[in-house]
Parts: sequence; structure tokens; C-alpha cells
Amino acid sequence: MPLALLALCAVAACGKKDPVVVPPTDTGPGSTTTPAGNPGTPGNTGPGNTGGGGDATRALAAELANMIHFDLDQDAIKPEDRPILDRKADILRANPALRIRVSGHADERGSDEYNLVLGNKRALAAKQYLVSKGVDASRIDVTSLGEERPVASGSDEGSWAQNRRDEFEIISGGDRLVAPR
Amino acid sequence: MTKVRTMRAAGTVGTVAAFALLAALPPQVSAQDTVRVGITYRPGVRPGLVVLPAPGLDSVRAIVARDLDYGDRFEVIALTQTPPSDAAPRGPINFAFYRTLGAALALELVPAASGGVTARLYDLGAERFQAETTMPVDRSGTGDGRMTVHRLSDEIVRLGTGQPGIASTRMLFLNEDKRIWRVDSDGAGLVPVSPAGVSAASPVWSPDGARIAYMQFAADGSKPIVVQVVGSGTRSVVPTTSGTQNITPSFAPDGAGLMFARMSDQGVSLYGANVRDLCCVERLTGGRFAENFSPAYSPDGRRVVFVSTRSGGQQIYAMAADGTDQELLVPFDYGDTGNSNAPDWSPDGAAIAFHREVGGAPQIYTFDLAGRRPKQWTSSGRNEDPSWAPDGRHLVFVSNRTGRRQLFVVDTETARTRQIVTPGSARLPAWSRSFGRPQ
Repeated sequence: MPLALLALCAVAACGKKDPVVVPPTDTGPGSTTTPAGNPGTPGNTGPGNTGGGGDATRALAAELANMIHFDLDQDAIKPEDRPILDRKADILRANPALRIRVSGHADERGSDEYNLVLGNKRALAAKQYLVSKGVDASRIDVTSLGEERPVASGSDEGSWAQNRRDEFEIISGGDRLVAPR
Repeated sequence: MTKVRTMRAAGTVGTVAAFALLAALPPQVSAQDTVRVGITYRPGVRPGLVVLPAPGLDSVRAIVARDLDYGDRFEVIALTQTPPSDAAPRGPINFAFYRTLGAALALELVPAASGGVTARLYDLGAERFQAETTMPVDRSGTGDGRMTVHRLSDEIVRLGTGQPGIASTRMLFLNEDKRIWRVDSDGAGLVPVSPAGVSAASPVWSPDGARIAYMQFAADGSKPIVVQVVGSGTRSVVPTTSGTQNITPSFAPDGAGLMFARMSDQGVSLYGANVRDLCCVERLTGGRFAENFSPAYSPDGRRVVFVSTRSGGQQIYAMAADGTDQELLVPFDYGDTGNSNAPDWSPDGAAIAFHREVGGAPQIYTFDLAGRRPKQWTSSGRNEDPSWAPDGRHLVFVSNRTGRRQLFVVDTETARTRQIVTPGSARLPAWSRSFGRPQ
């Protein structure tokens, strides 16, 4: 990054530019949950998600947003999740302008900082699977939110299993999606 | 302060030059630094200390008494009664009476003519005045003035034991609102530090306490490392961390170097940057598909302790600050010893604190570098992310033993533990260096 840009960031405006990524109460008791299948991230309201694309686009976008889940401290794609990723690969190949971001998540167990590493591994696992199905790697961003944004707030295996997941959101090119043939 | 240190060193040799230096220094400083104290500090022994009634200084007295209690160098004896009026004191205070309370020392606090406070220590056994110090203190003991009282507390500890205190310190932590917050060592002065509306994590102090660094969750999914000036709030992004995935920053002791971990398609590696000149980023660990993160410098800046998954789970490794000479630091039995994370190097260089999973829950450990033995400090609930106090003896860490994640402080000499109550949940604490005089 050029130094000139860094200098810009040295003023307070840099902070204001960044919207809230995480709801303020999302790790506490009784926290809110994000509905399943909803990417729930800034990209959700960002450019080119469902803007005027009609029912078909909305349905394809919803399929792209389907989450996949992981075993404890694992980043291996489960066999039952392969069809979900295969469908995403099909949609991505049918819509060359489409770009997505995969965000990996962990349950509340494990170290806070290691969970960011684990989330990154989980996001990378999905990316590598999609790339193996013929999607160009440059169309897939990865990020990790570790244990910072659970979808289920309980401290039990049912909640933990829901939280060990990858979420998928459209970054761009999602205005009018074409169904794979 | 360099002058004072020079004087102390020379003073022990007793050269003529030392006397010349002494004469050149302000009398107050030399008095604090050269008085020989009768009580010799012995690890594990806490002399009883009673804080005498201090008319007009009730707030100061209450804060000092609590600071001395929290510092664990003295056993602070509560004063439930005053000397009977028929017991005439011999000398300036009633030595015999206070001795009956079990105290070895008495602390007298009196308003100083300068507007500050004079603290006097008396040896109750020898029945004599021992030492005193006068400090500029905000006698109201409120708001920002509390820190002036904490500095007095640390001087009293130094006067009585020759050891550094921890009263004039602060802690950073990640609050439930995803902002970095700050709290004084005694639990007062809670205030958010990082901007509202920005999710952050993993705060650390610069060595002088003037800046902090933390990672930020940016809207585009990236994780820049931000350095923020505490006083002005001015923030700058560490070079090359914008638009990339970076976690776990750590300042070098020189305040110019900053190490952090970057996540990429190839794994997680440690990088070093110069944050004074905002330049010169270099990768320090290599290896595809290994993860290296959570670095922490040794106090001399020569070595770094960090977490690596190169042997399977997460374990504690060390390396030279330039990335060479990497070694497993804390021994473990593969498949048997739980994951170990969050290492922090003690300010005296003698030990590493970290947490290790035992039976599915993390517990606080220290690893003595001379004896090379891990020692477990907690067992109830989940206890994680320890950070050393500047005295090299206290640790702050996170525990859920009360039901929600809160900050706790443990004294690694006595195992005495106290909670720092914060609203919401508290995670990832970082203990500052002293905001008093340099130690």
C-alpha cells in the first residue's frame, strides 16, 4: 500500500470509514443470532446482491449463501457438504463476473486468537474445493471471524456445531445471476 | 532517569564521582534513591503494615491502602481502633500499640507544604522512623488524580521493599462491544479506547504506554493492524496490513518494531515492521501450511516467543527476533499435552506465561526458563490469555469462573487472586508498564 494512503489513515476519518462488522452483543449471553442462510455481513446490503435480478437471482443468491459446517478443530470439508459446494461452483462457473467472499468461523472453545487462524483454514478449505472445481482463485476472497460472531449463543454441542461454519457472501457481479445448465 | 540509575550504580561502588553526581541532583530525588531501608525484602514474606489515620487525606489513604494490598508486598492490617488516650506514645507514633496489631511497619500520610503528600514509614520493632518520600498528589483522589495517588503507592513499595509496585499501571482488554477498553490496576477508570463502530481484538501496549496496537475487523473482510496514540487518539495502519489478514500484534521493547502474524493461502507467518518510520516489513517465519502467531518479545528484544502448529497442535516456540534459531520452548508429549497458546514473556526475562488446555479447558501456566518446568496456576473454569504486570510477579488473565468472562489477577508468589469487575465480558487483556517513574 502506498505511503500516501497510509498517511490518510493516520487521521480519525480512517476509523469512521469502517462500518460495524460485528453486532455489539454477539458473544454475550442471550445474544442475537443471524438467521441461517443469511450472510449477515456488509456485503449483504452491498452492491449487486439482489438488486432487481428477480426471483431466479434471489434463489441463486440464497444457494450461494448456504453455509457448510466443520468438526471440532477441523478444517476438512465434510462429505455431506460437498453437494452444497458443488452447486456453488456451478453457479460461479455460470456467472463469470460473480465474486464471493468466504468467511470461516469457530465455536467458542479454543483460544480466541487461534480461532482466527482456524477460521482462516476453514475458509481456505472451501476456496480450495471451489478452485478444484474450476473456479478461478481470484474470484474468491477469504476472511476469518474466529469465534467473534456465533450464530447460536448457547454453550452446548448443538450451538457449537452451528457455529463451526463457513459463510458465503457475494462481493460483486450478483445483480442478475444465470442458473447453471 | 538515566542520571538516577547511573548514580545508583556508582553509589554502590562508592567512588568520588558518585558523590559529585549526587550533589548535582535535586535533593528530593537523591533522598528517595539513596536511603537505605532497614527491612530487607524476602520473597514469600509479607511484612504486616498498618496505614495510620490520615486526617484530611481519607481518599488518598483508602486508595494507598488498597494499592498496597493489591501489590502483595505487604499484609495490610485493617485499623479497627485507635490507640487508647491513656497510652502515651514514645516517639512520633505509638509503636507499642500498633505492634499489638501484628504490624511490622506503620505508614503515615500527611499533607506536604508543597501541596502534595508526604509518606513516612516507621519500623515498629525498632521503634524508629525509617524513610519518607514526598510526591505531588491530587489529594481529592478522584478522576485522573487517582494516578498521582497510585504513583505515591508505588514509591511507598519501593521505599519499603526496594521493589517496583504495580499501582500506577493500566490494562487494555476487549470488551463485549468489540472495542478495546482500558482500566486502572485497581479496577477504576474504565474507559473505551478504540473508536466506536469498529470491531477490534488483541490489544497491546507500546513499551512506554503512549501507544497501543490492535487488529481490526475491516468492512471488506481484511484485518489491518492499527497503532493508536493513547493521548490524541490518532490512528495509523501498519504498512502492508491494509487489505490483508493480520492478527496478534506485539511491540518490540524499543517501541519501533512491531511483530504480527499474517494469514494467507500459504499458511500463517510472523512478520516484523518498523512502526516508527512506517516502513520495512519483512517476513520472519516460513514454511507452507504451518501456522505461527501470537508473538511476544523478550524484555531485551533479542528473542520472541510464539505459538506454532508445526508439530500438530498449538505449542510454545521461541526464535531470535530476526526469525532465525527457532526452537520448541515448552516441552510437551505429542497427543497427550493439550494445546498451548497466548505466551507472554515476563518483564524480568525469567519466565513465560501462557495457557494450556487441561481436560478440555485452558488453564494459566508459567514456565520458568532456568528450571524449565511448567507450573499451573488455575483449575476452576476456563482461564486464558495471561499478561504480565511490570513487577514480573502478577498476571492478569481471563476467567469464566463467575459465569461470564472477567479479568482476574493472580500473584505468582502467593497464588492470591482477585477479580477486576468490568461490565459485559472481558477478553485478551494486556498489562501496561508503569506510568510512574521508570523502573
